[in-house]
Amino acid sequence: MFIRENAITLNFKELFNMTKEKYLNDLKDIKQLMNRSSQFLSLSGLSGILAGIYAIIGAVIVYYLIHAHPYPVITLESRTFTFILLTTSGVLLASVLTAVLLSKAKAKRHGDQIWGESSKRMLINFLIPLVTGGLFILLLLKHQYYGLIAPVMLIFYGMACVNASKYTLRDLRYLGITEIILGLLATEFPGNSLYFWAVGFGFSHILYGTIMYFKYDRNQPA
Amino acid sequence: MKNILENINKAFDHRVRLAIMSVLSVNESIDFNSLKELLGVTDGNLASHIKALEKENYISVEKQFIGKKPNTRYKSTPSGKKAFREHIEALEQLLQNE
Repeated sequence: MFIRENAITLNFKELFNMTKEKYLNDLKDIKQLMNRSSQFLSLSGLSGILAGIYAIIGAVIVYYLIHAHPYPVITLESRTFTFILLTTSGVLLASVLTAVLLSKAKAKRHGDQIWGESSKRMLINFLIPLVTGGLFILLLLKHQYYGLIAPVMLIFYGMACVNASKYTLRDLRYLGITEIILGLLATEFPGNSLYFWAVGFGFSHILYGTIMYFKYDRNQPA
Repeated sequence: MKNILENINKAFDHRVRLAIMSVLSVNESIDFNSLKELLGVTDGNLASHIKALEKENYISVEKQFIGKKPNTRYKSTPSGKKAFREHIEALEQLLQNE
């Protein structure tokens, strides 16, 4: 009698543990799906590092262009300005292309799609502040507030990152805040725009790209 | 034992149904194909689980056209949200009870 009762308790306990295991897995699944469905998790850390390197190369080229310019003032019609514009466009294009290609590869590795509801949502929220900033810069150019262009780029890019961070890896939020602070500092210290620009778009990207790379990409099974 | 399991919702006892509710708890709405890709299940399988949740009045269906393509979107209803929250709370309580 005593033994039988014991056996029943044991079975009951085993059953209970099995149920517990199942529910524990359920909770894990719930959490994972909530993240995967609401956030774009395939953002590549490596692309951040590369974008930072492109930006530094771009900043160095611009530095030499400015120093090679024969007059103290660079006008919109000058060749130097055209070259500066080409360099920055090149940096932007290369960065976007790298980000798309590497994120696509990462999504493929994880069996995710790069163009889904989550990436769409992230992109829209990223683009709203960014396009606003772009238009703002065009207006600044038109009204000849050249000194404010680099700070405005940093500030609006930072706000775009903060805004998009709600729909992707949280690290983007800290990159955004860093850019905003650098943008404000660049406004306070005009004349050093290029350095702030190099730190903001160069070093910050490399720093946060590296953090993201080690946090999410490196240890993931291929 | 029975007491602890009281709030565990039978409608959510299946993985796919639980997954659908999880996705809808953090997304305002989602269309059939995105949901299918996210969960990695077949059309028929997903449809039957959706129907089950719909019958419980936990999710609502919205049919519309994008161009000429039919697009069906799903949302969780207030009662679905409440039931899901209670289910998770019950799970957590169950796991806390040693």
